[in-house]
Amino acid sequence: MALLNFERKYRVRGGTLIGGDLFDFWVGPFYVGFFGVTTIFFSALGTALILWGAALGPTWNVWQINIAPPDLSYGLAFAPLAEGGLWQLITICAIGAFVSWALRQVEISRKLGMGLHIPFAFSVAIFAYITLVVFRPVLMGAWGHGFPYGIFSHLDWVSNVGYQYLHFHYNPAHMLAVSFFFTTTLALSLHGALILSVTNPPKGEKVKTPEYEDTFFRDTIGYSIGSLGIHRLGLFLALNAGFWSAVCIIISGPFWTRGWPEWWNWWLDLPIWR
Amino acid sequence: MNIGIGGAAAIVVGSLLGVAVLVGPGWDVPPIEAEQIGWRGVAMEKVVNPRTRAKLVDASQMPEAVWPYEESPEGTPLASEIYENVPVLGHLPVDQFDRLMAQITEWVSPITDDPQEGPLEQGCNYCHNPENLAEDSVYTKIVSRRMIQMTQAINTDWDAHVGNTGVNCYTCHRGLNVPQEIWFTQDQPMRGMAGFRAGQNEPGIASASLPGDPFTPFLLDDQDIRVIGNNALPPASGPVIGTKVTEYTYSLMNHMSEGLGVNCTFCHNSRQFQGWEGAPPQRMTAWHGIRMTRALNVDYLAPLGPEYPDYRLGELGDAPKTNCATCHLGLNLPLNGAPAYLEFPSLGPAGLAPVAADGAPQAALLLPEIDGVVID
Repeated sequence: MALLNFERKYRVRGGTLIGGDLFDFWVGPFYVGFFGVTTIFFSALGTALILWGAALGPTWNVWQINIAPPDLSYGLAFAPLAEGGLWQLITICAIGAFVSWALRQVEISRKLGMGLHIPFAFSVAIFAYITLVVFRPVLMGAWGHGFPYGIFSHLDWVSNVGYQYLHFHYNPAHMLAVSFFFTTTLALSLHGALILSVTNPPKGEKVKTPEYEDTFFRDTIGYSIGSLGIHRLGLFLALNAGFWSAVCIIISGPFWTRGWPEWWNWWLDLPIWR
Repeated sequence: MNIGIGGAAAIVVGSLLGVAVLVGPGWDVPPIEAEQIGWRGVAMEKVVNPRTRAKLVDASQMPEAVWPYEESPEGTPLASEIYENVPVLGHLPVDQFDRLMAQITEWVSPITDDPQEGPLEQGCNYCHNPENLAEDSVYTKIVSRRMIQMTQAINTDWDAHVGNTGVNCYTCHRGLNVPQEIWFTQDQPMRGMAGFRAGQNEPGIASASLPGDPFTPFLLDDQDIRVIGNNALPPASGPVIGTKVTEYTYSLMNHMSEGLGVNCTFCHNSRQFQGWEGAPPQRMTAWHGIRMTRALNVDYLAPLGPEYPDYRLGELGDAPKTNCATCHLGLNLPLNGAPAYLEFPSLGPAGLAPVAADGAPQAALLLPEIDGVVID
């Protein structure tokens, strides 16, 4: 059952940002739209470039395929394709595809008369990616500061960037980001467990209402954030995780060049106990 | 909206902390400088703020020689023929000997307006009794004689670490009686239930909460500097590399990073810290440096303990000792790599008392040949 009968009434025209009615149609279950076309274009081109880059490399071992950014010596200029130029083009394709996807979400939301929370949330993830491969490299003066496209190689990059600042766990924004990631999973697991528990009562009992959900949390911790509030909280936690991740990397290098433990000397130097 | 006293206090404290975080840490701003030290894309980089680096470089210049170097004229008498009690440098022509004494005074105990710590007079009298310069009555004369031998040993035996740049007194002393960066063994009493804290849980090495004294085990004692075992799981028998050893190692490594103004990737590819394959060549220099520092502490510095007055000793009564920061002082090339004994060959291999076939000291003293370094 790919499509419920009643869903057809939600397939309304309009709400597009670009292209008017031209791309305002569905292919099977998928809405197309102008940005669906650009998504396909950038994804297909980018994937082809990745395959090209992999073919140039020494291995087809999927863990070890590595498409690296240019040497720092190229600065913010274009590099030859085999020496980082492919990475630059793939980065453009990735950003094109991600932004197209977000704008397609905007069009669908407008069609349905919904808020823009979903594309906004996805934009925070795009922001974190662009921070890694565009904003930080530009601030540091070379595309070579971006991370390489490869499963193991990008982990090497993460490790070495961390050790450039001696101990990355002392990075205050990294602390915030990690805390938000953990809190997000905590909130999601509490919420998921709560919903499953009220929808799966013992045999013969009725599915419980939100009053039961609220009462459970008031009984346990004295407060319930409520059935709408938990979703506000979840979005807040998740977006902060992504946002502070972007902050923690963009301050490492452009705005802090020493070891992160040393950053905390401001605390030792506070006038109240210095 | 009524926020109450608690809310108002939270806002005030939060704002103050916000201001402190913005102005307190001394943030850098772009542009920064990055040097690539590995394959592209793996972030093997050294990142510095060029403005703060320039200040440090400016403050780390080798001073000009008090008297320019000249070869001794034919027939110059030896120091041992003119002076008494010159066992280490007696084989030098007396003009070279005098020149070195004047230079050491400038390097270690110059007469300036800046007060130095300690009761001793500055200038020649910092080491010498002005009534009788030959007398060994001032402790600093004993120490400085040993330090001259140490300098010669560094420049002769440890070229794997110091290359032919070498060191001289100024490399560490920088015009001060006592070098800025020295260390003593930390007194680490057991504290109740906390037991042995290893000098942790307080800001220490590189401001991190790592063991506070990695020097005694690694730079005086020769314990293994190890982080990673060779097995994925702890072996059924044999030594296990535990967290404490790892923390001590990281403490030493953070000291090296801070002392040299570099980061971990200057010597290691963090993909595999222990592997020499893929590690930058600087790691080899550092490996020799650790052994050199240990040898200097064991052979020269620690044994001087009985010579010092109490106010020069550590809380456990041990002599001041050296670590990486003593010479490097924030730069991976101390004094920006200025040749240290080129103009003072008596501090290098040429300065060792040579022994001829007949056992008589020779006075040969030539400038060493140094690749690629030209001195006006």
